[in-house]
Amino acid sequence: MDTFVQQLINGLTIGFIYALIALGYTMVYGILRLINFAHGDIYMVGAFSGYFLAYQLGLASEPSLLGLGAVLIGAMIMAAIVGMTIERFAYRPLRKYARMTTLIAAIGVSLFIEYLFVARFGNAPRSFPQLLKLPGWLPQALQPDQNGNYRLFGRATISIVQMLIIFVSILLMLILQWIIYRTKLGTAMRAVSFNLNSAKLMGINTDMIIAFTFALGSSLAAAGGVLTAQYNPTIYPLMGIITGLKAFVAAVLGGIGNIPGAVLGGLLIGMAETFVVGYGQNIGIPSTYRDAVAFSILILVLLFRPAGLLGSTVQEKV
Amino acid sequence: MPTFVKRIVGAVVIILLLYFVYMMMSEEGLFGFGIGAYPADVLMLIFVNIILAVSLNLINGFTGQFSIGHAGFMAIGAYTSAYTTVYHGQHLERWLAASIGETPAIAIVFLIAILVGALAAATMGLIVGIPSLRLRGDYLAIVTLGFAEIIRIVILNIDVVGGATGFSVPGYSNFIWVGGFAIITIIVIRNIVRSDMGRALISIREDELASEAMGINTTRYKVIAFVISSSFAGVAGVLFAHYKKFLHTNDFQFIRSFEVIIMIVLGGMGSITGSILGAIVITVLPELLRQLPTINLFGSTVNFADLRLVIYALLLIGIILTRPQGVLGHHEFGLNWLKRAQKRPEGDEPIGASKGVPIAERDAPTADSAKEAKNQ
Repeated sequence: MDTFVQQLINGLTIGFIYALIALGYTMVYGILRLINFAHGDIYMVGAFSGYFLAYQLGLASEPSLLGLGAVLIGAMIMAAIVGMTIERFAYRPLRKYARMTTLIAAIGVSLFIEYLFVARFGNAPRSFPQLLKLPGWLPQALQPDQNGNYRLFGRATISIVQMLIIFVSILLMLILQWIIYRTKLGTAMRAVSFNLNSAKLMGINTDMIIAFTFALGSSLAAAGGVLTAQYNPTIYPLMGIITGLKAFVAAVLGGIGNIPGAVLGGLLIGMAETFVVGYGQNIGIPSTYRDAVAFSILILVLLFRPAGLLGSTVQEKV
Repeated sequence: MPTFVKRIVGAVVIILLLYFVYMMMSEEGLFGFGIGAYPADVLMLIFVNIILAVSLNLINGFTGQFSIGHAGFMAIGAYTSAYTTVYHGQHLERWLAASIGETPAIAIVFLIAILVGALAAATMGLIVGIPSLRLRGDYLAIVTLGFAEIIRIVILNIDVVGGATGFSVPGYSNFIWVGGFAIITIIVIRNIVRSDMGRALISIREDELASEAMGINTTRYKVIAFVISSSFAGVAGVLFAHYKKFLHTNDFQFIRSFEVIIMIVLGGMGSITGSILGAIVITVLPELLRQLPTINLFGSTVNFADLRLVIYALLLIGIILTRPQGVLGHHEFGLNWLKRAQKRPEGDEPIGASKGVPIAERDAPTADSAKEAKNQ
């Protein structure tokens, strides 16, 4: 039971990170029907921005809650700028062509970002500084033990970083929910994803809305990057490839274009992965199959629900 | 000349050409002309990539089904054939060599390996294709990508074929095999596209619903195209494996599938010559960029060869931005391009060309008349 709860918490942590990245995929897909393959690299750019911000601001040596917040927001802003730049120069000129063409542009951008970072910063992993430290004036009961863990019950623990990841992810998702359903920009986003041309006729500045969508998705990915770097503090230029792919799988699993679906998909993939690594040995699945889990689940789900878990199939009309 | 004579002459010319290039690749060269080891290496890769690109174009370009799992089928072909040659090939080869000699024995063993690889990849194509071709568009894309990754990870966990340490394979492959199979692939795909089956595939690409309404069994045709495409990917894998002499699953990551997609999109989806062009460009480009110089720029030395992958990505984006429909689009490059420049004979106007033009536009220059004016 202890191990089960422990695995559940670990799975949730990874799942929330996948969910944060998957949100970007799903929003861009919802609006442009484009698989933004460069999104995984935005996640990497976010982690690297956080790394350099932490050192530039001198926060790496003196961790604090406020500093972490500053690094997180800084990285999100940087990634948003990168995302909008990519949209402006690589995707917008190709919008009226076949989707395959834009996909190639996306692959090109992805390769460009990866190799630019490899050329500039080298391929070797860097160690991300630990930025999280609770203020000292908090009562002893709220402080974690020396390993940064809180006892739940039995031997199950939740580390302070895991709590941070879960808390920040939920917060960001609530903010996203608010933006999409309660603001004018969000209404415009939903209109554009429903029908781009009609939205344009209604006087919506679709270019601006698309750029905003990219900014929103990229900043969520960057938050995912910084949070991952707190949980697993090695960052390297190619870190976004496999994580990005799995987050994309999560988005498709939940029903691409569907925002709650992306979160659900992310959590499912994160949990499934953790449970295969934890319990797979008992039923004959070695942990080396970890990366295949996401795809297997996806294929099984798509065979029975071709539009993903929460997606709805649109009947094609002639 | 009767057609069959033309074909025989063509076949002889092609075989002679392949043989000449093969001889030039050997150590002593041919009549003093030789191809060095490095260009020969690139040349082999080009032809392997041509097989991959042309076969993927059948399903992506002509049928319009978005598959990005070609590397998976390539891996199946490579590993099953390598298993055959490594564990059963030597035995068979020794037995055959005793009766018919060394060279034919190797050829027979390799041919069997190629058939095994192609069959295995085709079977896998059937297994993957039947369930996933019911999906459309991006869902199909991600499922094929997922299958390819699963195939790779499963192979990585099979110790008989080396697992994570890699797998040594006898080097049976040479230019005659690779070039020969590239030409066979091109001819087969071209004939499929020109046959009634090709028409059916193209109609699926243009409008799946309409073609189904016309009585085309779309699922059946899609699966057939997918199986053919994967079996050729398997052949490419066999040739690649027995040329590289060492297999590792890292050669079959999804970036490899992307590379093939890039080739066909750059060359023009639905153009066989375009795929060939794309395969050549995408194989040669990174090799050319390797030779970039180190330049003193604004007081600091910049080694452009280190930046070659960055430049490659930039060129890729540049090409796709300037020519979004691919270099050749839907067109084929061939001798009839030269013929098109000739003036059309009198009275050879397409039906309806002179009808239906509104009176107001009669005098305005149409696209055709502008072309005529330029020609005169």
